[in-house]
Amino acid sequence: MLYRETGQYKTSYAADSVIFPIRQDRIGVMIVLAIAFVFMPLMMAFKIPPFRNDYILLAILLPFLILSLAAIGANILIGYCGQISLGSGAFMAIGAYMAYKFGTGISEIGLPPLPIVVSILLGGFSAAFVGILFGLPSLRIKGLYLAVATLAAQFFFDWVFLRVKWFTNYAPSGSVSAPELKFFGYLVSTPIEKYLVALIFVTIFALIAKNLVRGNIGRQWMAIRDMDIAAELMGIRPLVAKLTAFAVSSFIIGVAGALWAFLRLGTWEPLAFDINRSLELLFMVIIGGLGSILGSFLGAAFILILPILLIVVPAEIGLPITTETVSHLQFIIFGAMICFLLIKEPLGFARLWQIGKEKLRMWPFPY
Amino acid sequence: MTLKTVGLALAALGGAAMFAPAMAQNEQYVPILSYRTGPYAVNGAPYADGVSDYYNLVNLRDGGINGVKLQIEECETGYATDKGVECYERMKGKGPTGASFFNPLSTGITFALTDKTLQDKIPIITMGYGRADSKNGAVFAYNFPLLGTYWSAADIAMQHIAKELGGEGNLKGKKIALVFHDSPYGKEPIPTLEVLAKKNGFTFIPIPVTHPGVEQKSQWLRIRQERPDYVLLWGWGVMNGTSINEAASVAYPRDKIIGVWWSGAEPDVAPAGAQATGYKALMLQHGAGEFGVHGAIKQHVPNRLGKENFGQVLYNRGVVNAMLGVEAIRTAQKRFGNKPLTGEQIRWGLENLDLSAARLKELGFEGMMRPVKISCGDHEGARDGRVQQWDGKKWNIISDWYTARQDVTEPLVKDISAKYAAEKKITPRDCSKAD
Amino acid sequence: MQELGSFLEVLISGLLAGVLYSLVALGFVLIFKASGVFNFAQGAMVLLAGLALVRCLDFLVARGMPFWAAVALGMIFAAAVMAICAFMVERYVLGPLVNQNALTMFMATIGATFVIEGVAQMIFGSDVYPLRLFPTDAWIAGEGVFPGGILINKLDVWGGVIAGLLVVALALFFQHTKTGRALRAVADDHAAAQSVGIPIAWIWFVVWLVAGLVALVAAAIWGTKLGVQFSITFLALKALPVLIIGGFTSVPGAIVGGLIVGAGEKLAEVYLGPFIGGGIEYWFAYVLALAVLMVRPQGLYGEKIIERI
Repeated sequence: MLYRETGQYKTSYAADSVIFPIRQDRIGVMIVLAIAFVFMPLMMAFKIPPFRNDYILLAILLPFLILSLAAIGANILIGYCGQISLGSGAFMAIGAYMAYKFGTGISEIGLPPLPIVVSILLGGFSAAFVGILFGLPSLRIKGLYLAVATLAAQFFFDWVFLRVKWFTNYAPSGSVSAPELKFFGYLVSTPIEKYLVALIFVTIFALIAKNLVRGNIGRQWMAIRDMDIAAELMGIRPLVAKLTAFAVSSFIIGVAGALWAFLRLGTWEPLAFDINRSLELLFMVIIGGLGSILGSFLGAAFILILPILLIVVPAEIGLPITTETVSHLQFIIFGAMICFLLIKEPLGFARLWQIGKEKLRMWPFPY
Repeated sequence: MTLKTVGLALAALGGAAMFAPAMAQNEQYVPILSYRTGPYAVNGAPYADGVSDYYNLVNLRDGGINGVKLQIEECETGYATDKGVECYERMKGKGPTGASFFNPLSTGITFALTDKTLQDKIPIITMGYGRADSKNGAVFAYNFPLLGTYWSAADIAMQHIAKELGGEGNLKGKKIALVFHDSPYGKEPIPTLEVLAKKNGFTFIPIPVTHPGVEQKSQWLRIRQERPDYVLLWGWGVMNGTSINEAASVAYPRDKIIGVWWSGAEPDVAPAGAQATGYKALMLQHGAGEFGVHGAIKQHVPNRLGKENFGQVLYNRGVVNAMLGVEAIRTAQKRFGNKPLTGEQIRWGLENLDLSAARLKELGFEGMMRPVKISCGDHEGARDGRVQQWDGKKWNIISDWYTARQDVTEPLVKDISAKYAAEKKITPRDCSKAD
Repeated sequence: MQELGSFLEVLISGLLAGVLYSLVALGFVLIFKASGVFNFAQGAMVLLAGLALVRCLDFLVARGMPFWAAVALGMIFAAAVMAICAFMVERYVLGPLVNQNALTMFMATIGATFVIEGVAQMIFGSDVYPLRLFPTDAWIAGEGVFPGGILINKLDVWGGVIAGLLVVALALFFQHTKTGRALRAVADDHAAAQSVGIPIAWIWFVVWLVAGLVALVAAAIWGTKLGVQFSITFLALKALPVLIIGGFTSVPGAIVGGLIVGAGEKLAEVYLGPFIGGGIEYWFAYVLALAVLMVRPQGLYGEKIIERI
């Protein structure tokens, strides 16, 4: 009833190729955006519960947005193009460190500190460039072999950012701080401002990604994913398709990395982008749903919020939390939930959403 | 999976999260950032036990600090920076007046929190770790690297080596290697050692070990080839034990290895067993053993967490750390009244913390540490250390007190903290006018 | 001569260290061979086996049992624990996931990793437990030829010998026992194996059990080296390049891969490291693996994948 697309006629090509062809989807997206852009900041500004303090904002919403963006990037490569990568953390690091370099100026070539937005985007482009380099082996190596091979990128860049002092502007400890966050002359410092900046980036890139994956290039990716030899026989060049997937994916992940470093951490070291980050992104993509932009958001929310809930809930309801056992228990429950979800719904939350939509189509009179 | 299951699960979790705990109004909220899981849990757990037991002692024996009870909460960071930041965001605003201070026990988390604590006006106590340049309280108003920074540690270690060699002049032409955890933590001492190498004319060889340090064969083969006269060890967690084991297997004399105070606890030597005999480590003032305060904990805290690790090095470090925090709150109460205080007020207490020998004795810390006096220009308070040696069963103190030479570390502190201030556009406070 | 001596020393130590990685990699190979699952939990299984062994051992020794009897009982106990672990994983994680794609299975094993690590530490404790099963000192060989001699760690030699025995035993098991042959049949084709009456659930249990026993052997050696503690799980990451060089499905490949990785990374660290800052062995192993894969995309001994449309 509520979600019924019958009667929505498309009378022009333009109408047929809009990004959300179903009216309810358009309204839904509008509502979500309105909540995110207007309603939430207002609630925060007036400290209406649950925004009594900036915890939810800084520790949940901000990381959620940035990691969703990274998950979208990872999903393009893994979910849409079928190239498993365990090196996403490295590309986040490249985005972060290169954005830092551009943001503080590269004196060796006489480059002055660049504006922050430009730095972040250049960070993304640097990641994309490296992504193409590390994507080259994918033309020959496939499947899980490729997955392990991408770990080379992960460990190599962990090392580079530790060892090459140029990247950290010769800081003695090797940890660096974000430059002043001035966006178009406006200094971003409060949590709400950071949230809005992240939100703008995520919205723009999510829309770009959504458009890419349903266009020509996205279809090429999916053809490669489903069967690369068949795709090649149909005239899709694997070189172009795979490398564009690596480039686009690394670019988005790089931008997310820069945002993560600048907005979330402020001061960071390579350990912030280690293998655990890569695995976390992989979890988000798979739990959320391979090949789904929405799934990236859902996966990010789940992987980010579940561990926090596992800590917060027992503490809030007064269970003793100081002992070691409880910490281990959190890990056990987290792992068990992952297994449970994978068994019950191997296609991820995106699939659940689809089932939900189908149910809504009939609701309230299913047959 | 059915949608109903998901819906039910979400509802249950949401409902559970709704329970708001009853807040006591006359309590001082003290968060503990700890790690009892993950690769560094071996070292993190005894430390957290010590901190927690001392806070509980204050509550159970004295009924809090001047009647203000401590409200204790622990958050598991797993030594991961992002989890530490999440804990911080969650805990900073809790309790009637917000978090008193944070002790992250991780140099990485310290770096990440340094800007945030300044903004939120919450002190961050990094006893024996953290940013070495944060000793300069004029720039780092909210950082307190109490009792010693890595730069002090490096200087103390070199002083001890000089003494073993029979004078500073004998350092000339010697080779000193630094085997370090490849992270901001491990890299911190390098500037000091480079300065000292120049000054005393020894060759300095830095040898990094990749986190977590389970495999160090090549590092120690290199040491076997280079044959340094001394090896300084800057490790944490599994890396320490592995280093000592590998040193034994390349037959490098253990008594020529000097660990920093984070490499000198029982879990570090346990895996090497008898092989570790002779290994030396710095002491952050205190060592292992039981002192007055331990008796009090035994007597007043029936459910103490410290059991096998009771009185061990890291447990004791936790106790000392907790005591310094509690005394800072007490100092602040003298000025602001016996009520729950804000982080900003406790910062004042920390900066004016002055523990005399008599007071330490009263608190049951006699023999564990020397008097400490903190001021605006000196957030370190004391830079004394001794050296201890593992005899296969226990740690023995083998040296007298050393005091890190300010003339070595101070120029570095000035230089690097000034850089930080410029980068962050902080105007250093005038310490002569600080109250 | 000294140069040559130290070169040989690094090479030999590297080769032997590599064999120790192979011990962990073998567990991966077994499971991948029989079920196509890339088992990330192998590191956690080493931890579980090690903790079970050392805790039981300490318990018995403290009760006054002679050391070698305690070791034997400890081994049996740890083997029993690994059997329970294998059963649980098969029954509750992988069983329900039959026929899912490889990536989902891989993620499920990461989930299992969290559970195994948590349970192991909850039951057996999360401290560091020293284990002394093998000598850890070194021989100095060839002192007459090279100044200073060549240093060879006894533990590494033990590791090498045990790994060799293990490979022979596994080869015999796969070639000459009924279960072993059934395992290979399942590896070739699940459905076909099932149709000739091979019980897949049982076969998977067996293979996880064997992988668990291999983990126990790895734990005994690595536990002696590091002390049994959480960080032992990181060995999984050191074993991965070994695995892809050798190929996911080859038992001898795991050994050869180990030799290549071990020698390569140690030589790189000692001779290349000082020029570019050191600490390179971690990524060097992976880059080496990547280079090998560029030439042989299935690893040196992996089965050639024939693709059909």
